[in-house]
Amino acid sequence: MSHDPHTKLIYMANQIARFMESKPHAEGLEGLYSHINDFWEPRMRTHLFEVLDAGGQGLRPLVVEAASHIRRPVAA
Amino acid sequence: MKDFIIPDRDFGTPAAKSKQMVTLTIDGFAVTVPEGTSIMRAAAEAGIQVPKLCATDSIDAFGSCRLCLVEIEGRNGTPASCTTPVAAGLKVHTQNAKLKQLRRGVMELYISDHPLDCLTCSANGDCELQDMAGAVGLRDVRYEAVATHFKARDTSGRANPQYIPRDDSNPYFSYDPQKCIVCSRCVRACEEVQGTFALTIEGRGFDSRVSFGAKSDDALASDCVSCGACVAACPTATLQEKSIIEIGTPSHSVVTTCAYCGVGCSFKAEMRGDELVRMVPYKHGKANRGHSCVKGRFAYGYASHKDRILNPMIRDSINDPWQEVSWPEAMAFTAARMQGIIAKYGQKSVGVITSSRCTNEEAYLVQKLTRAVFMNNNTDTCARVCHSPTGYGLGQTLGTSAGTQDFDSVEETDVVIIIGANPTDGHPVFASRLKKRLRQGAKLIVVDPRRTDMVESPHIKAQHHLALTPGTNVAVVTALAHVIVTEGIYNEAFIRERCDWDEFRDYAEFVSLPQNSPEATELLTGVKAETVREAARLYALGGNGSIYYGLGVTEHSQGSTTVIGIANLAMMTGNVGRPGVGVNPLRGQNNVQGSCDMGSFPHELPGYRHVKGEAVRDVFERAWGVKIDNEPGLRIPNMLDAAVEGTFKGLYCQGEDILQSDPDTKHVAAGLAAMECVIVHDLFLNETANYAHVFLPGSTFLEKNGTFTNAERRINRVRKVMAPRNGYEDWEVTMMLANEMGAGWTYTHPSQIMDEIAMTTPSFAGVNYEKLETMGSVQWPCNEAAPEGTPLMHVDGFVRGKGKFINTEYIATDEKTGPRFPLLLTTGRILSQYNVGAQTRRTANVVWHDQDVLEIHPHDAEVRGIKDGDWVRLASRSGDTTLRAALTDRVNPGVVYTTFHHPDTQANVITTDYSDWATNCPEYKVTAVQISPSNGPSEWQEDYAAQARLSRRILSAAE
Ligand code: SF4
Ligand code: SF4
Ligand code: SF4
Ligand code: FES
Repeated sequence: MSHDPHTKLIYMANQIARFMESKPHAEGLEGLYSHINDFWEPRMRTHLFEVLDAGGQGLRPLVVEAASHIRRPVAA
Repeated sequence: MKDFIIPDRDFGTPAAKSKQMVTLTIDGFAVTVPEGTSIMRAAAEAGIQVPKLCATDSIDAFGSCRLCLVEIEGRNGTPASCTTPVAAGLKVHTQNAKLKQLRRGVMELYISDHPLDCLTCSANGDCELQDMAGAVGLRDVRYEAVATHFKARDTSGRANPQYIPRDDSNPYFSYDPQKCIVCSRCVRACEEVQGTFALTIEGRGFDSRVSFGAKSDDALASDCVSCGACVAACPTATLQEKSIIEIGTPSHSVVTTCAYCGVGCSFKAEMRGDELVRMVPYKHGKANRGHSCVKGRFAYGYASHKDRILNPMIRDSINDPWQEVSWPEAMAFTAARMQGIIAKYGQKSVGVITSSRCTNEEAYLVQKLTRAVFMNNNTDTCARVCHSPTGYGLGQTLGTSAGTQDFDSVEETDVVIIIGANPTDGHPVFASRLKKRLRQGAKLIVVDPRRTDMVESPHIKAQHHLALTPGTNVAVVTALAHVIVTEGIYNEAFIRERCDWDEFRDYAEFVSLPQNSPEATELLTGVKAETVREAARLYALGGNGSIYYGLGVTEHSQGSTTVIGIANLAMMTGNVGRPGVGVNPLRGQNNVQGSCDMGSFPHELPGYRHVKGEAVRDVFERAWGVKIDNEPGLRIPNMLDAAVEGTFKGLYCQGEDILQSDPDTKHVAAGLAAMECVIVHDLFLNETANYAHVFLPGSTFLEKNGTFTNAERRINRVRKVMAPRNGYEDWEVTMMLANEMGAGWTYTHPSQIMDEIAMTTPSFAGVNYEKLETMGSVQWPCNEAAPEGTPLMHVDGFVRGKGKFINTEYIATDEKTGPRFPLLLTTGRILSQYNVGAQTRRTANVVWHDQDVLEIHPHDAEVRGIKDGDWVRLASRSGDTTLRAALTDRVNPGVVYTTFHHPDTQANVITTDYSDWATNCPEYKVTAVQISPSNGPSEWQEDYAAQARLSRRILSAAE
């Protein structure tokens, strides 16, 4: 797997999404954004938003859908 | 703290479990004991020691020495008190003229065939034969035996065929047959306590001898696993620790806790002065009940190994040699560097890694260092790479991040499922306790790609071995659930009462899907559908069902999902909340549980409370007088990513060797190399230290006070038996660094740290050192509701309220085999070595395992032209290494297996950085690889060795 931060975080976000996709939709959606809010350090979320803001290419739809609930880190 | 050795009283035979009480009189005293108790034990409980040789209370009575004779009014003869059970109203006499005479006769026979070199015998003062000769009043031996076992030559100078020379092949104990009285205590201990069956009595009558299996075997070549149970049971000098032979008998002992695995065995450290003479498993230890394995019992020599670093060292760059400095200089240098980094790159550019080998108090201080002094949440622990999915999965489903049972629970289980664990090697004392239960008839299901010793070994055979393809745990666990649900053998009453019924229905619908059936997953998992069905029925219907699992569950990209699936299985069958059942993670390192409890993870404060919670932060903000960051910090892999990116620059790493233990070595090395201040706090210059700027010498578990928490949530005391050779206990070192950075901490003893933990963390509220002193140990939660602790969790309801069923969809790992990498590598442990081997490699344990080898099925080897013992090149998408091949059908074709105890092997050069979706726990257990013949070490191994050599140069302070 590549060590480029975006590729890696896209991969990780999609991994979470695939687990959450087997839950009822609303629960899975919440599961996904709260997982990222709870476990991803701001630097990781910043990188994720770079991808999301550029159109979210490569991210599974559930991640894109959850984006508005993911806490955007305040610029350090 | 130090108590004199009062040998733990030996009651002669094990305690009886009956609730029915019986009263009898012994020598005129009335005694009341449980039914089934031996007369010998009843007498001992009344304070009367009947002379004995072949009986000891760790094993069943055998009745061979005839020394323990007693008289019972109204009965004929003189029965052996060890094999005669009590009965109501018996009148027993243990001492009269007839008994005295009989006993002297017995002793006389023993002594006539025993060398009389007591004064120079290594067991002098610690020999039951000697004691019994005294107890029966033996004053002379009237005849000289013609044939003996102890004279090397007879009177005419001919070699005595009965004389067998001493066997010193085991590095830790010797077997000296001339002193053997053939009481068979050793044989029975090996069978009953350890469960290895390495010893037998060969021959009959005068010819009978203790033997390590086949006649040609010496102790080392036999099946013996060097647990020491036979040595502890032997009443004479026949089986004896070499350390006693070398040093002499101990003068005092201190009870402490093994610092190796998560079983957390209690030991008596037997001392003379400040020299450790031997470690003896402590009979009253609640995790081990008097048993031990080779690591805890014997492998402590690393504490005095010449490689130990005792002075702090610093250097400007990792290309420089090390410079020995004083502690104050080291602290000034380190604090200045860390402060410089924080000033330049910001508060979040530094962090810590706590150790699962250090004490709770030490882990607590290290996470406090980052939270209260560095002012961020960048703390993580080695548990990340082993059991983080346990915390997540059990937290989500049951509500606590820990196992549900105590180890005693295994004595009441009827069906055991072991998933991805190899307890005979990883958790040996638990394995012995489990095997004992299996020999009593409990059933066993093993889910493991490899045919481990649990699957089949003397007197043990698993009913079902689900030899699945690595990476398909979720599919198998879900298929088990499918069978239980679709065949209607779940426990509806339990689910309705304890879980959310609607959630269960959703879940039942999901697992019932045809794609989750054993038939549908058979091709994928490689496990026959019928086997899965039978195993599921056995677990659901076979009585008390318990699940024990290890790293083979957690170290996968779906590790957390499997843990959830395991909890689902236990809930749907009602196997939670009473003895004999439950969900039990077998923890790797001694204090993995504790380091997690202590808030080592970047998202939670001590007691598993998320940093986003204002009330929780408030507790610590008041206690520490600082503002706590409400954002989660970086996990180990994220720290390394951030380091490579240039935003993470400083790391304090206590008692953990991430370069060797974490996956994808090259990435770890790149991350470390990109940092400006790496502080390694450890016993040895470990692999990570090759990239460090500061080395702070650590102390061993023998040199400090504190507590460890084992896999059953049991908080055990670690007691200092000698002064730290490096000058300071580890918590003192952390405190010095914190104070150098302005923290103003004032602890003078770890008990004060525990008091702070109790004050801030509800599940520890009732824990303090006085309680540990009186109770021996206590299992958290320990608080007002449970002042004596909690052996079993979830008894009347789940901690989270209702148990939660969560769907567990199988998602194949992206680490797939293909034409270039057609084989699957999985990794594991062996008994004699521990984790990355830093300690055990520095003990005589290397005689059992001096290098990592690659297990490969003969078929896979043949098509590649590989023979047993050949060097092979093992390559994955991440890198390659070389090691020697061992051909075995323990692994299926298509699967290869190795351990990672030796740094030269660099097995983690091979592993990829795929990881668990929820916790980033690395996927160690599945790597697609190819294997080819090779001539020797790979280029990376050679480069690495060269770098390591360069990096380990030390200039002493004088230069
Ligand atoms: S050391 Fe343990 S395994 Fe070896 S013979 Fe003794 S009891 Fe058996
Ligand atoms: S070796 Fe020790 S325990 Fe074993 S039979 Fe001989 S005297 Fe008894
Ligand atoms: S390594 Fe584990 S099983 Fe062995 S003595 Fe230590 S705690 Fe007990
Ligand atoms: S102790 Fe009872 S027969 Fe040996």
